[in-house]
Amino acid sequence: MLKIKNLHASVEGEEILKGINLEINPGEVHAIMGPNGSGKSTLASVIAGNEDFEVTDGDILFEKSNISELSPDERAHKGIFLSFQYPVEIPGVSVTNFIKTSINQVRKSRGQKDMPANEMLKKIREKSALLEMDRRFLSRSLNEGFSGGEKKRNEIFQMAMLEPKLAILDETDSGLDIDALRIVSDGVNRLKTKDNATLVITHYQRLLDYVVPDVVHVLMDGKIVKTGGKELAKELEERGYDWLKEERAEMSS
Amino acid sequence: MELKDKLMSSYLAFEEQVDLENDIHEVRNKAIKFFETTGFPTRKMEAWKYTSLNSILKEDYSIFPKKEDTIDYKEVKKYFIHDIDTYTIVFVDGIFSSHLSSTTHDKIDACLMSSALDKEKYKPIIDKYFNKIVPEESMTSLNTAFAKEGAYIRIPKNVAAEKPIQILNFFTSNEAALMVQPRNLIIAEDGAQVQIIERHQSLTEHPILTNSVTEVYVGKNADVDYYKIQNDKVTSSLIDNTFIKQERDSNCSLHTFSLGGKITRNNLKFYQHGENCNSTLKGVTILEGKQHVDHNTLVHHTQPNCESHQDYKGIFSEKSVGVFNGNVLVDKVAQKTNAFQSNNNILIDDTATCNSKPQLEIFADDVKCSHGCTIGQLDEEALYYLRTRGIPKREARALMMFAFANNVLSSVKIPEIKQRITKQIALKLGVELGFNL
Repeated sequence: MLKIKNLHASVEGEEILKGINLEINPGEVHAIMGPNGSGKSTLASVIAGNEDFEVTDGDILFEKSNISELSPDERAHKGIFLSFQYPVEIPGVSVTNFIKTSINQVRKSRGQKDMPANEMLKKIREKSALLEMDRRFLSRSLNEGFSGGEKKRNEIFQMAMLEPKLAILDETDSGLDIDALRIVSDGVNRLKTKDNATLVITHYQRLLDYVVPDVVHVLMDGKIVKTGGKELAKELEERGYDWLKEERAEMSS
Repeated sequence: MELKDKLMSSYLAFEEQVDLENDIHEVRNKAIKFFETTGFPTRKMEAWKYTSLNSILKEDYSIFPKKEDTIDYKEVKKYFIHDIDTYTIVFVDGIFSSHLSSTTHDKIDACLMSSALDKEKYKPIIDKYFNKIVPEESMTSLNTAFAKEGAYIRIPKNVAAEKPIQILNFFTSNEAALMVQPRNLIIAEDGAQVQIIERHQSLTEHPILTNSVTEVYVGKNADVDYYKIQNDKVTSSLIDNTFIKQERDSNCSLHTFSLGGKITRNNLKFYQHGENCNSTLKGVTILEGKQHVDHNTLVHHTQPNCESHQDYKGIFSEKSVGVFNGNVLVDKVAQKTNAFQSNNNILIDDTATCNSKPQLEIFADDVKCSHGCTIGQLDEEALYYLRTRGIPKREARALMMFAFANNVLSSVKIPEIKQRITKQIALKLGVELGFNL
């Protein structure tokens, strides 16, 4: 589904991603772990199409077509979703109006008509129940004054509504208490099908107890330095990242 | 001939049309003398620092419109709020159009200034209210000198007007540039309620200059809800002078939607004359091209326990210019005043300009007053966020601009106006959104 080949990307002239190779198939959950500043969030942003980052080399293929030149909205139309580490507050737009606009714009891009109002309402009810969201929450301004947990639940709610093929969860667990973490990860798990894929980006192993990955990658200094199964996450939790740095140093010498 | 000279000589001709015995004529004489001394405002005056009238004063305006130019209702229907029942007072080139209007004397008066000025039975009211709260300034004096026609609205004590009243000014002048000076008088007596919608609309490509004066009297415990729709052609300019006097326990809110015109200047002044008054001033300004809108507001708090809320939002693209000069004056006796003012602006292009100048003068010591003004661009991070949800750049920008203007629209009490303005904004931004805010 997603195939990244030798991806190099920089921001303001500084190279952050230095040759990433990654392949994710339908039905898979991948985790990318790594120390702060290793380029994890940059990778998420570059896949989503953030124009602040410049792709200097390599390709991003999504369902076999190169999406490197596509805008963030065009990538969303193809079925890529990014759950933000820090969702942006937009005063004056309610959660409901926002998601309606979002869904109908995606449908429009696929040549479909607007979703009928009753169908939309039903879907909103169903998906907000999945995330245990209060009805009143939906009429509030998008993310404005939301707690950390509410913001993340709202991200997964949007994901549930949009039903993406590839969901990228950028530090979705950061700042969540245990209840919110359970609600959010339950939501993610229930949205999993054999046809979609999830890329979990996290600093901690905690989320991976709930959203169990098939493959774990370690990103350091802009490169994937190790790939393994779910047990790799546990090892990292216990041993930290330093041993990997040493291992790399040995390899390069 | 300079416009000022032309106006001075036109005044002599004007005197031949009006009743010189009427007391009002003394007021006019005094006003024309004042205008003769001061002339048009210039940028040397603090209140006109950011707005130059030079480009519109050089036109050779016709001062006296010919006779009523008939227009078909079908042609202008779209400028009416036509989906609800209203009273309408319509002027074409400054002259009352009876066939487009639906005036009334049933319970309330929604009729013509000319008859109120001329007819004996209105004399006590005219003596009491006419030109009593209009400051002696150049543009207001010019209007007073030529005051003859406009809307006259009076809602008697404890009467609620059954439907909103629309005041529409159309311009068809086919031969030349035209200057018109409507003069409106609106009186809501104690306990009265009324909603008013005012619009100026040119139907011609010739330059139009409107210099209007509106006096609004809000009696004790009365409620006036006023909407000004300014969405005129780029060949039309408007100098709107509106003065509102509020008695105790009264409410007055005024929304100004400035969506088009060459130069639009809003002089809007609220004078509170009793305790427990509430004044609301809101505005949405969305401009492009070389359009220019200047909001010059004042709320004068003269009594204790009153409130005022000013909230103006502006979105400026291309070479458009926005000016906000918001004044709040709190007298020493006006304790427990709550006065809020905010002016937020978005500059879409580097070539657009915005001057925002809040001025608070507070002489009381137990008050809550706040003001804030911002000038910025659309939040790029928020745009990116919306785009990752599949909303294309243009729609995302529009959505954010809507959201930005939403606070102001939320207090609009006539749903048809809200819909109309929402649609007009969408049209301006060139998008269709799947919902109404």
